[in-house]
Amino acid sequence: MKEQKWNELPEGVIIPEGGNSQGSYIVAGWRTFKPVVNLDKCIHCMTCWIMCPDNAIEAKGGKMIGFDYEACKGCGVCAEVCPVKVIDMVKEER
Amino acid sequence: MKVALETNQLIALAMKQIEPHVVAAYPITPSTEVVQEFSQYVANGDVRTEFVPVESEHSAMSACLAASLSGARVMTATASQGLAFMWEMLHIAAASRAPIVTIVANRALSAPINIHGDHADSMGARDTGWLQLWAETAQEAYDNTIQAIKIAEDPRVRFPMLVNYDGFTTSHAVETVEILEDDQVRNFIGSIPKPQYSLLDTEHPTSFGVLALQDYYMEFRKAQAEAYKNVKDVVLEVADAYAKLTGRKYGILEDYKLDDADVVLVAMNSAAGTAKDTVDALRKEGKKVGVLKIRLFRPFPVEEIREALKNAKAVAVMDRAYTFGGPAGPLFEEVATAMVNQNQKPLLGDFVTGLGGRDITTDEIKQIFDTGYKALEKGAFEPLVNWVGVRE
Ligand code: SF4
Ligand code: SF4
Repeated sequence: MKEQKWNELPEGVIIPEGGNSQGSYIVAGWRTFKPVVNLDKCIHCMTCWIMCPDNAIEAKGGKMIGFDYEACKGCGVCAEVCPVKVIDMVKEER
Repeated sequence: MKVALETNQLIALAMKQIEPHVVAAYPITPSTEVVQEFSQYVANGDVRTEFVPVESEHSAMSACLAASLSGARVMTATASQGLAFMWEMLHIAAASRAPIVTIVANRALSAPINIHGDHADSMGARDTGWLQLWAETAQEAYDNTIQAIKIAEDPRVRFPMLVNYDGFTTSHAVETVEILEDDQVRNFIGSIPKPQYSLLDTEHPTSFGVLALQDYYMEFRKAQAEAYKNVKDVVLEVADAYAKLTGRKYGILEDYKLDDADVVLVAMNSAAGTAKDTVDALRKEGKKVGVLKIRLFRPFPVEEIREALKNAKAVAVMDRAYTFGGPAGPLFEEVATAMVNQNQKPLLGDFVTGLGGRDITTDEIKQIFDTGYKALEKGAFEPLVNWVGVRE
């Protein structure tokens, strides 16, 4: 992506689109724990998708399919809110 | 129409006439009555404003910011510690281009605790990016409040603005002022221009409060710095339109007997009135003295200051605040920076006066002018910074 000059930016401190963290900043390195889902037991209620602060829950056809591990910071919100507790926070191996 | 009101009540009345969509405020001396009277208008159903009674000034400014970014017309009022407590959000509001108008009855900062007139609060906010208008009288405070809405919300500006007047000396003084009819005010300010991006515009999702690191932060800040260049033109346009409506003409600065003045005093807010009276008295003694009053302090009117001071031989800057550990008071530093590369420049001296509400008397102002004349003989203001009216 070509970097914009100061006079090409929109007014104020905004980005004129939503969900733009994907692909621009890779935050995988911030994680201590990473979420892992057991899709066999997931009821696809999409609570995690709503609550994830970083749009890191991947969904397709109205179903939860996994995580965008470049955008996920490992905050654990998804595991906390999941009503059937099918997300585990697993220690990152580095 | 003429009314005699305490300035704070008058400003609450101006706010009623403006009828902002949202006012989020936490009352603090000496601007308490602005919030108190305005909330009464809300309670009585005189205005349709959404009044948000928050638990702190930090929250007041946060609520104002969110409301403003959703496209609402937003006002608040504060002073001193209250403005200081808003500090974090002040920066965000300016950078986010949220045209909030905040009334400030200028008051000293702690410690020691003091509730009286002093410019430390708004001078402390001088690097936040907020525009600032300053007023000598109740009439100017009223007129500035109405003009501030139109300046701040102008699509060429879209910056928040502080409307300043001295705590107690002005805020609690009763003055007879000329006010407009409600519909004259509303026609003058019009409705707030729709912002291009807004928090509530669900058709065009936009990210607010974004992160920008080494790759973008400087570009955002440069864009903000450049945007102040439009402000002075808008201030003058709004002043012209206001003069047509009211007959009261405002500029960026106000010159008082400057044309042939050898010694000039630079003043802000109520002390400018005392300074003008002193100039009248000294002129009778044949002294060529004048006053330069600063109405628009942010953005700082560099070219206008240079032009106004081009014939002066000695300039005494009156600071009602101090930059601790710095070279001088804040107003002096700004005036000196404006003059620094001029080939012909007057001698410059700084006079710290009236801190914490201490009276600024005509005798003290005479003393400052005397020091200006002495500097002309000696070829310099020595010392550079003088504390006037302090017990030694
Ligand atoms: S751990 Fe946090 S960031 Fe990662 S997917 Fe869950 S909620 Fe989103
Ligand atoms: S909250 Fe749990 S059950 Fe609901 S979609 Fe997410 S992982 Fe599946």
